[in-house]
Amino acid sequence: MSAVADTHAQDDHHHGPAKGITRWLLTTNHKDIGSMYLIFSFTMFLLGGAMAMVIRAELFQPGLQIVEPEFFNQMTTMHGLIMVFGAVMPAFVGLANWMLPLMVGAPDMALPRMNNWSFWLLPCAFLILVSTLFMEGGAPNFGWTFYAPLSTTYGPPSTTFFIFAVHIMGVSSIMGAINVIATILNMRAPGMTLMKMPLFVWTWLITAFLLIAVMPVLAGVVTMMLMDINFGTSFFDASGGGDPVLFQHVFWFFGHPEVYIMILPAFGAVSHIIPAFSRKPLFGYASMVYAVGAIALLSFVVWAHHMFTVGIPIAGQLFFMYATMLIAVPTGVKVFNWVATMFRGSLTFEAPMLFAVAFVILFTIGGFSGLMLAIAPADFQYHDTYFVVAHFHYVLVPGAIFGIFASAYFWLPKWTGHMYDETLAKTHFWLSFVGMNLAFFPMHFLGLAGMPRRIPDYALQFADFNMVSSIGAFMFGATQILFLVIVVKCVRGGEKASAKPWDGAEGLEWTVPSPAPYHTFSTPPEVK
Amino acid sequence: MAENQTYYVPEQSKWPIVATVGLGVMLYGVAAIMVNGKEGNSTTGSWIMFWVGSAIMVYMLFGWFGNVIKESRSGLYSPQMDRSFRWGMSWFIFSEVMFFAAFFGALFYARVFAIPWLGGEGDRGSSNMLWEGFQATWPLINTPDPDSYPAPEGVIGPWGLPLINTILLVTSSFTVTVAHHALKENNRQKVKTWLTATIALALVFVCVQGYEYVHAYRDLGLTLESGIYGSTFFMLTGFHGAHVILGTLMLFIMLLRIRKGHFTADNHFGFEAAAWYWHFVDVVWLGLFVFVYVI
Repeated sequence: MSAVADTHAQDDHHHGPAKGITRWLLTTNHKDIGSMYLIFSFTMFLLGGAMAMVIRAELFQPGLQIVEPEFFNQMTTMHGLIMVFGAVMPAFVGLANWMLPLMVGAPDMALPRMNNWSFWLLPCAFLILVSTLFMEGGAPNFGWTFYAPLSTTYGPPSTTFFIFAVHIMGVSSIMGAINVIATILNMRAPGMTLMKMPLFVWTWLITAFLLIAVMPVLAGVVTMMLMDINFGTSFFDASGGGDPVLFQHVFWFFGHPEVYIMILPAFGAVSHIIPAFSRKPLFGYASMVYAVGAIALLSFVVWAHHMFTVGIPIAGQLFFMYATMLIAVPTGVKVFNWVATMFRGSLTFEAPMLFAVAFVILFTIGGFSGLMLAIAPADFQYHDTYFVVAHFHYVLVPGAIFGIFASAYFWLPKWTGHMYDETLAKTHFWLSFVGMNLAFFPMHFLGLAGMPRRIPDYALQFADFNMVSSIGAFMFGATQILFLVIVVKCVRGGEKASAKPWDGAEGLEWTVPSPAPYHTFSTPPEVK
Repeated sequence: MAENQTYYVPEQSKWPIVATVGLGVMLYGVAAIMVNGKEGNSTTGSWIMFWVGSAIMVYMLFGWFGNVIKESRSGLYSPQMDRSFRWGMSWFIFSEVMFFAAFFGALFYARVFAIPWLGGEGDRGSSNMLWEGFQATWPLINTPDPDSYPAPEGVIGPWGLPLINTILLVTSSFTVTVAHHALKENNRQKVKTWLTATIALALVFVCVQGYEYVHAYRDLGLTLESGIYGSTFFMLTGFHGAHVILGTLMLFIMLLRIRKGHFTADNHFGFEAAAWYWHFVDVVWLGLFVFVYVI
């Protein structure tokens, strides 16, 4: 390790990566850090997925058979926390690390050492979070939204560890977002004006803004919890003049922008993939940018649509209902633009395109069920039922996660220098597609019929749909092992990829060879 | 690397991983102290973890910042690098603003909604049925359930110590600006004088705040446990105080660096960052003074 800044620091850039474990521990290279983020994310995806399998196994039949209800609650909680903070968010940060410098023509991220710290904090945070499973009283069991007083007065002792784990994740996310913004605003190649930036860059710029705006609010709310639990404050206790509803307000002020943090980068990636495989430029670039901006701004004024049943004034219900519906407008703009991009294009359906098209269709279904939930009087029926579970899994699985798979297949040739196995990838897509719909579509019916979420047992009339749902979930879960096989195969070898393996793809990342050399754009390219 | 390379990409560095281990061990220690303390177990091991983690953090801060200072002084940083630091610091301060926003939000929510509803205002919530005789007031000198949360006998009035503190902090914002202008004129003696004055004002502020806390706890019964007024009061002023201490440390480091001859008239972002942070701390105080003490 040489932390000394001397003249050979510059010569060393000629060389490839360092050898051994120190390459990964001490790296300042955006590609290494991007790879670590992606590997970490996939590991967490499997761990959170395993917990989902426990949940679906328990729900396979009515009655209690496999796990204790207490453990079931820990599984739903940890599944949510791990998927949100451990799988989806780090995957997008990994994609950002890999692709942003390549897309804007920068030699690296703006603050490379801080970048490495952002990454390494994540394994540290999740070590603490997962260790709560083995603590006395068990892991957090109050759902990923950790509503007070369930999480304060009635939470297990491990809640304090959970709080500090959230703090560390927050530090990691904020530093990661600062790095992204500094890179985008400061490191663009000469000539790349804001409105010439690729959409993935635009969506990440706006996502990073959302992260810096709301992660500190999450830190604030868990700090209030910490004080209520350990130091006798009464933020969320009405007997001291506080209010448990305050928790929900502060949490969802973070939580609603958070769900856009998990989808906007996918919007960006899909806006590259659909034009590439339609062999047409993206329809309505400027409107795409403005739509993302509008979605991000609106995301700050819709939070209480998660709280219609908690007892908020009618004026508040109306405001949050209409504000929420307004989000359908910019989202609709994006969906129509993707469809218009495909219209009369010469389409081919390689794996990235399959995932991208499924993204557009299935995310739209998730969006529509979101509109149903936005209707305050209707939400009184849907609240806390499986309809909500169906809704957010439709936006997160074929939305965020299909977006990540699409991106991974799209850029794997650039990362590894090899083409992935197209047949296996298509198999991965179709099994995921069928499995995911089988798992989540019946949940709409279950919810409308009144099955509550987060309960390990259910009434007999829900048995058939639950069994179908569990079979679909097992199918989806098992299929993801195939993804691991495809990626490992692709890293190890395969057909050599050219600099631009997709003939319709556009952007600076395709001007460097595949695999992208360890250091790229040491001299910034000129953008016309 | 080509000759026209302008952006400095550092070599491998041990500091991020040291910082991760330090922060992880320190915070795990803090959590363990709290949990073990609550359950009546021994907290010795937890305290050892906390101190070991803290020591690693101190080592890391000296090492990492020392590294950056060395690189900066050996001329490795271009104007573009300087802009990265500026964006980084600006957005970091924005994140701090949002952190305080959460606590201000809690204060506003309690005052505007929660307390009046508990006192029976309107038909908006069922919470007004919980404690029938509860009278909504602000400052909250009677809590709904005095057995769990004994109410304070009084609160800190704005026109005594808080006003003095306001004058101290606003003055310190001026003095740090004078020091900055002096640095731009390369009048280093003047920088030292005014920066020292800023730090002195900051320390007096912290002492006054400490005295105010003692007064609140000892004489007024205003504590963390005395209901939502005490909760918001101590969380807002406490986190602000912690940020004042951090800002003072930054300014102190800048004073040491000035004394060692660091910075030039047109290249002194470290100093500017500390000054920005100081102004941020000052602005938060003004918000506190108005919303916590006066109104």
